[in-house]
Amino acid sequence: MNSLSRRPLRRVLLSTVATAGGVVLLLSLKPHTTAEAAGATTRSAAPAPAPSASATSPAAGSGGSSGASGGTAGTRTVQGDTVQTRYGPVQLKVTLKAGRITAVSALQVPEDSPRDQEITTFAVPQLTQEAIAAQSAKIDTVSGATYTSEGYIQSLQSALDKAGG
Amino acid sequence: MADLADVAGVPGTDGRAGRVDRVDRADQDARADRVRRVEHTMGTVFSFDVRGGTGPRVEAALDAAVAWLHHVDEVFSPYRPESQISRLGAGTLALSKCTPEVWEVMRLCEDAERRSDGWFSARYGAGGAFDPTGLVKGWAVERAAAMLASAGAAAVCVNGGGDVQVHGGPWRIGVSDPLRKGALATVVHADGELAVATSGSAERGCHIVDPRTGRPPRAAPASLTVICRGLTEADTCATAGYAMGDLACGWLESLPGTRSFAVTADGSTWTTRGPGG
Repeated sequence: MNSLSRRPLRRVLLSTVATAGGVVLLLSLKPHTTAEAAGATTRSAAPAPAPSASATSPAAGSGGSSGASGGTAGTRTVQGDTVQTRYGPVQLKVTLKAGRITAVSALQVPEDSPRDQEITTFAVPQLTQEAIAAQSAKIDTVSGATYTSEGYIQSLQSALDKAGG
Repeated sequence: MADLADVAGVPGTDGRAGRVDRVDRADQDARADRVRRVEHTMGTVFSFDVRGGTGPRVEAALDAAVAWLHHVDEVFSPYRPESQISRLGAGTLALSKCTPEVWEVMRLCEDAERRSDGWFSARYGAGGAFDPTGLVKGWAVERAAAMLASAGAAAVCVNGGGDVQVHGGPWRIGVSDPLRKGALATVVHADGELAVATSGSAERGCHIVDPRTGRPPRAAPASLTVICRGLTEADTCATAGYAMGDLACGWLESLPGTRSFAVTADGSTWTTRGPGG
């Protein structure tokens, strides 16, 4: 029908990627009872949650040159925009060494309830692993079920767009 | 070429904000020769990624492509009472008074309906009013990407809400895993004109219905990705195949120049490869 479709595809191959994570897993967690997007209180220090120190160690690692960009041997940090989530505002910091992500940590997370702290404790280390997995997949763009404008904020495509510069 | 991939794969590197203080030479070259743009319209987000051509022609083509998407939204949005599609449906605008783009889309919808044996339909709703929403976005993205390619850009990637059209390359297009948010199910490697469209319920719930029953499809996969040269076709085939449920595999297998990839509800996957695909 369409003459284009008769031509063979040029170099198309599907390869399976075991796990390449998205960056914003944090935002897909279940809400706690009262979700007040605007009203949640926040803190502005790096997370040091008491409950399970072992789980958070990947996120806390190598924050040496925090704050401004710079640092030696290609280590630098980048602060993300503050994003309003249904749990409250979230802001993340990414540490890169020689262009590779070595850590993700939270500058600002909601801490309205013990549930919030639980989420932070779980999500931030998870986020680090997912972000590192995503860059190892080396993708340019993402195809998936159509997202809305709101859904885009949480998407891997959004993270790629921000990364591209 | 590998450097381009590295640049793309590092979330958090915000080059536009001028905070990139350390990039090696290859990265710098890659950045200088690459333009990205994000545009919100049609209720979703369009991401442009253009390599190998940042001259005035490509810049102008990028502006034109963005303007084109907004134009399409104005003409075709069913959510705007003043759009041509809304007025056509309301009977206050004659088809002959519509822009020829409406005629073109109508013809493309009929093609898609015929090709899919009625599983893609722009007239399934109450009263059979013409609703080309399922085709317009893919068609608009396909044309936007062609505008950039014909302006001389060496490699073009336009992503409209999760449906992708590329020219040139190489491009690596991740396909979302519908069962694990944020993860990828597979990666499509493209070098040349290629489209990747995915249908599924992961983002907006089940919004595709069986045009024969008006109900959600039975035995639909968790997501279905169709790969062929043009996004109008890839997108409508993904929609139709999703609605077909367990009939999709056999149908997709018969489509020339087309490949597909599905993740089923239990997490298993299947692929098809049509003649010449």
